[in-house]
Amino acid sequence: MEEKVLELLEEICDDHVVFEDRDINLFEEDLLDSLTFTELLVELEERFDIVISPSEIEKSQIDTPNKIIAVIKAKVEEN
Amino acid sequence: MTFFSGIDFFVVLVLACIPAVALGVLEKNLKYYRLLASIGIVGYIFSNELKNLVFLLAFVVGEMLLIKIYLELRKKSRNAFTYRLFLFLSILPLILAKVSEVTSLSLFQFLGISYLTFRVAQVIIEIYDGLIKEVKVLDYLDFILLFSTFSSGPIDRSRRFLADSSKVLQRKEYLDLVGTGLIKIIIGLFYKVVLSALMYLILKEEIGCCKTGLEALEYAYVYGFYMFFDFAGYSLMAIGTSYIFGIKTPENFHLPFVATNMKDFWNRWHMTLSYWFRDFIFSRLMMTFIRGKYFKSRLTGASVAFITNMTVMGLWHGLDWQYIIYGVYHGILLAINEAYEKKCKFHKKNKNQWWYKGISWFITINLVMLGFFIFSGQFTKAITLIIGK
Repeated sequence: MEEKVLELLEEICDDHVVFEDRDINLFEEDLLDSLTFTELLVELEERFDIVISPSEIEKSQIDTPNKIIAVIKAKVEEN
Repeated sequence: MTFFSGIDFFVVLVLACIPAVALGVLEKNLKYYRLLASIGIVGYIFSNELKNLVFLLAFVVGEMLLIKIYLELRKKSRNAFTYRLFLFLSILPLILAKVSEVTSLSLFQFLGISYLTFRVAQVIIEIYDGLIKEVKVLDYLDFILLFSTFSSGPIDRSRRFLADSSKVLQRKEYLDLVGTGLIKIIIGLFYKVVLSALMYLILKEEIGCCKTGLEALEYAYVYGFYMFFDFAGYSLMAIGTSYIFGIKTPENFHLPFVATNMKDFWNRWHMTLSYWFRDFIFSRLMMTFIRGKYFKSRLTGASVAFITNMTVMGLWHGLDWQYIIYGVYHGILLAINEAYEKKCKFHKKNKNQWWYKGISWFITINLVMLGFFIFSGQFTKAITLIIGK
């Protein structure tokens, strides 16, 4: 699953770096912004069947690939 | 008496803070006293206008019922139609109030309704999202009526608020919060009583508006700084007061005039409002567009979402041309900003250069000031004059 999430992030951020540095700050590095963030939410719904609403999480909870993976794992367990 | 102005309010504020601090120091739950203080202060401010008090009561009770009923319905199913109906009903009083401003109607035009509506609408939306599963009456009243943020924000979120309100702080932690709160109140007072008043004086006494372009420019800048000191000062006092009552109300301004692009500006100016619009309008529109594949390019979709988002924001300020144009203006600027950052190679190459940042800052602050000029009503006045000729 981690691989799949990273593939999705690579697509959205348009950068392979998400595979190399999983603790990179996506917002600070301009890889993710409020626009691509909405894309990420829609893709998570479609590919992983995980619904996260825009007001549910703070930016600081999902600003690195590792944190995003953690959030998704927690969501999967909830389901 | 009105919120955060005049000796009488501040006397009441100091008196109201004494029991709060005493309870806080004794490590007692502040919740019940806070609610009592809110009801007392809001009630007293509304007491000289019976009609508004009745509308406020109708609003508070009506919205509570909507929330309670919607919670029950949501437990049974996640139906989009019911959701939209309840969301519409929750903002209906605000719509009636806004329409009343420009017609002979006079419904729900009480102080604070614009800000209260954000809070109840957020609760309805998050019930639909499944983030809120129960709402207790006392928590609801505590959240809605908190007197420090009652009339003009900052706009807090219910789940964040609840996390603060149900926590009893240790003495040292609480006293730190009170200390920070007091500093915020003092800075806020200085902003509002000294700096904003000074700007206001210059605006009224020194500058004629606006026979020449230079005069207009001068007016725009002074008005912009007046708005900042007035509103940021007010917000600081509101936040500081919340702190004393144990609530860490979120910040509203973060050095807006150092912004180097329009998106950056909206992350620094009236932040609780722009984040609310981002989370509850912009992001949701964007997601609908992406899911439905409404637009061929992401950028077109984003532009439509930015312009819609900011136009609604303009309308929220009032059904008046100056606010509508203000909203559309910022929507278009954000759309251009987005397209430019995504497409322009020159931007990508130079964005971290000091000279590039300097130029970007200069362009941004002038666009921002032009926005305030529109907001002030002087722009529409000038246009009417020109057309009139």
